Amino acid sequence: MSTPKIELSDVKKHFGSKKVLDGITLTVAKGESLVIIGGSGTGKSVLLKCILGLLKPDSGSIKIDGEEVTALRGSARMELMRKFGMLFQGGALFDSLPVWENITFAVRPQKGLSRKQAKDLAVEKLAAVGLTADVANLTPSELSGGMQKRVALARAICANPEIIFFDEPTTGLDPIMADVINDLIIDCTRKLGLTTLSITHDMSSASKIANHIAMLYEGKLIWQGKAQEIYASKNAYVDQFVHGRAHGPITDEKRKA
Amino acid sequence: MNFFASIGRVFIAFLASVGRLAIFMFDAIVTGLKPPYYPRQILRQMVEIGFYSLPVIGLTAIFTGAVLALQSYSGFSRFNAESSIATVVVLSITRELGPVLSGLMVAGRIGAAFAAEIGTMRVTEQIDALTTLSTSPQKYLIFPRLLSGVLMLPLLVLVADIIGVFGGYLVSIHKLGFAPGPYLTSTFDFLQRIDVVSGLWKAAAFGFIVALMGCYHGYHSKGGAQGVGQATTNAVVSASILIFFANYFLTALFFGS
Repeated sequence: MSTPKIELSDVKKHFGSKKVLDGITLTVAKGESLVIIGGSGTGKSVLLKCILGLLKPDSGSIKIDGEEVTALRGSARMELMRKFGMLFQGGALFDSLPVWENITFAVRPQKGLSRKQAKDLAVEKLAAVGLTADVANLTPSELSGGMQKRVALARAICANPEIIFFDEPTTGLDPIMADVINDLIIDCTRKLGLTTLSITHDMSSASKIANHIAMLYEGKLIWQGKAQEIYASKNAYVDQFVHGRAHGPITDEKRKA
Repeated sequence: MNFFASIGRVFIAFLASVGRLAIFMFDAIVTGLKPPYYPRQILRQMVEIGFYSLPVIGLTAIFTGAVLALQSYSGFSRFNAESSIATVVVLSITRELGPVLSGLMVAGRIGAAFAAEIGTMRVTEQIDALTTLSTSPQKYLIFPRLLSGVLMLPLLVLVADIIGVFGGYLVSIHKLGFAPGPYLTSTFDFLQRIDVVSGLWKAAAFGFIVALMGCYHGYHSKGGAQGVGQATTNAVVSASILIFFANYFLTALFFGS
């Protein structure tokens, strides 16, 4: 068996007295698309940020391509970041820069591209996410929500990363635009054989882009398995979540607490 | 017992924030001094601080110089010391009022702007996005601002010194009836190099304080619009207080013995 692309074992993280991640063990194989589902505030974003190195876990190990990365700092960390692309929930485009500079932000200094070359590359990436060349000179504030997500996706794939993280890719979009983004994610990742890790609470998005799904609840992964098996999980917590029921074990426990 | 415990808690919290600030500062400087550099960012901040603060600084200086002349005339005429007005104006401006008032005005203009901009970048995840694009926020955001603060504030204060003395000159000549020649002679008669130089050193320190406070509070802001507002307030208030604090010690250092 080849080395997993991402390997977490017993990762813990707490803020104050609140245990946000309580021993997460997880592997993502090369080319796999794993979606982590879970309600708001269950630690999905924290998990993603721990893997990205934006937060430091309290204990446990995180390996990327078999290499322990939790202790990486400074330039070694920046070097590792080249393997990653990240689509943030709100896009997180730099509002002081035009779209084309946003897209080529990381690539331009790495490859020493001229202005003209960078702009051409940006137009090419814009086409890949279904946007026309005239968007390149706009600033992020002039774009609609859906367009911002597309530009952010173009930025995430621009440096040809090996692993892409998606933080709630469809949140805040209308159902049609959400499906467009789902299709783009599949187009931009599966065809290139990229490994992806997404977090979402949108089940239609999860079942579309995932080949594996894991559910995070109270800092623990309570279920992991193939995407098509999630609706037959026989786990009451998972069932309540995927069917979006107001009553069930998740809500009952909250009420007791 | 509780009383002492609460004193201890406050004191420990204070030490912790001093420590955090020191780590933030050294991190920004040490990372910033290593390549790659971002000359465009440095230039942009220099223009922002140095050029666009000129009107504010100029207006502050001219009225301060003018009011100094007016006040010292009404005071000094009680004991026939009107001839010292020129000396009082030039020494007060170059040694104290030029650097301190410029520092405070820049704290309001630049410190607030830094905190608001970086704070917004923090809450919209743009700072995390920088990291995922293999760019160190310390290098790209913080260091250019610190450097520009240290370099540009002395230049601003030099301008403020000149305009402030000119403000005093205008009032003395046109309102108080002094002759231009003798007034200028007595302006420069007792002026020593250390008077101006100490003011410029103070300015560099104040520029650093303003930029550091703006960046630090912005960088650590959280919780949306309210958090950014809080960060902006904290940046301006702490920068102003630290300016007064540093001003005393720098004065003691230059003229204490």
